[in-house]
Amino acid sequence: MALQSLDITARSATTRPMPSARHTTEVAKLIDISKCIGCKACQVACMEWNDLRDEIGTNVGVYDNPRDLSDQSWTLMRFSEVEVQAGRLEWLIRKDGCMHCADPGCLKACPAPGAIVQYSNGIVDFHEENCIGCGYCLTGCPFNIPRFSKKDSKAYKCTLCSDRVAVGLEPACIKTCPTGALVFGSKEDMILHAEGRITDLKERGFSNAALYDPQGVGGTHVMYVLQHGDQPELYANLPKDPSISPLVSLWKGIAKPLMSLGVGLAVFAGFFHFVTVGPKEVEEEEERS
Amino acid sequence: MSKLIQRYTAGERTNHWVVAIAFFLAALSGLALFHPAFFFFSHLLGGGTWARILHPFIGTLMVLFFIAMAARFWRFNRIVAADRQWMKRIGDVLRNRDEGLPEPGKYNAGQKVLFWVMVISIPVLLVSGIVVWQPWFAPYFPIWLLRLAVVVHALAAWILILGIVVHVYAAIWVKGTIRAMTRGTVSEAWARHHHRAWYREMTGK
Repeated sequence: MALQSLDITARSATTRPMPSARHTTEVAKLIDISKCIGCKACQVACMEWNDLRDEIGTNVGVYDNPRDLSDQSWTLMRFSEVEVQAGRLEWLIRKDGCMHCADPGCLKACPAPGAIVQYSNGIVDFHEENCIGCGYCLTGCPFNIPRFSKKDSKAYKCTLCSDRVAVGLEPACIKTCPTGALVFGSKEDMILHAEGRITDLKERGFSNAALYDPQGVGGTHVMYVLQHGDQPELYANLPKDPSISPLVSLWKGIAKPLMSLGVGLAVFAGFFHFVTVGPKEVEEEEERS
Repeated sequence: MSKLIQRYTAGERTNHWVVAIAFFLAALSGLALFHPAFFFFSHLLGGGTWARILHPFIGTLMVLFFIAMAARFWRFNRIVAADRQWMKRIGDVLRNRDEGLPEPGKYNAGQKVLFWVMVISIPVLLVSGIVVWQPWFAPYFPIWLLRLAVVVHALAAWILILGIVVHVYAAIWVKGTIRAMTRGTVSEAWARHHHRAWYREMTGK
């Protein structure tokens, strides 16, 4: 689902050059967790803009609602109660959703041509009309984001409102955030903005405040400002140093061309054995005897 | 033309070809999901989504019929000392210098190795395939296991595909072999030359 077609950086299961006549500025969403009040307006805006309605669930005793991401819920506030300092309860609220990795594992794993694309602005988008429903993207993602629809067996996730961004609008969640915890702009500007916020947090006693832009996946186009930047796991198990699983890298990296070559070579070895050594024939005399 | 010897019954032939056809479709649809260069194979089953839906069912069919086939041929495929001797002379076999080879029974060492490659790789494909089978089974397994299963599945499939490439080529290379699986019979000369111990057993000569 997207309006861009001239500024593609990467396309799943495609070995040809990408249409890249147009180049757009790299964008990013910055989520400042220290400013989030957990109002879930972003969840509502996401539902509204994308016209999605999740099933009404049940209360399981926590504020997370719905309980998990789904094909209908592409972003979710995850609430964690932690005591970093004994006796000082903190409520950390992390807006979870696709991180739009510079090196997207989902795209790497996807076998369907054009089911996952990455634009030059950094957005990683699923094109469900090309999705074949194999679930390989689940194995590629280091953040456990793509969700399968029970209705159509296709994978869904946050598009970073690629349709809005393509026409110069900010994503719906950014538009609605009442506290300024969500900001959107060029990735460069967002890093600068985060630096200001981190300086401020450090002055307020959060000496480990840091920007979360994990380099293991080449950086992300959704970044967090974390008060406790040294312990991202506190934030509903945000991975400290995410990267594409070595198994997936092996599978869709070196194994893919080498094993394909191996099959091709085996077929040609047979053919050339036949035309050089020749068939094994039982000789005529032997037949008669 | 010398006399003919029965090598496979109609039931054995049918069993073999069900496995072969299922393998062919599963291998091509599997390759389609493995490398974009092979994606066009998915059109054989009606496109990417159909290939993804059908591949595991076809694979399961292959497994079921392979179990029946393995049970039929198990006792002919035990590796014996003569097989090791035969394997040592694989270079001569490949150069069509068959004089003085140990006398194989119903199967030579190469065929037995293929049998055991299948006996090992097919159950591995079944188990790893179930783990990643969307949407029926995969949701019940953790993602780390899915990651392991896709790699194991690809590796086992690769080994099996290579084995079958050799199997198909060997049938073309050794003249008079294909009729064993299409008609059920082979010539006495063929049996005497390639499977002498089996020939003696069958003819009493």
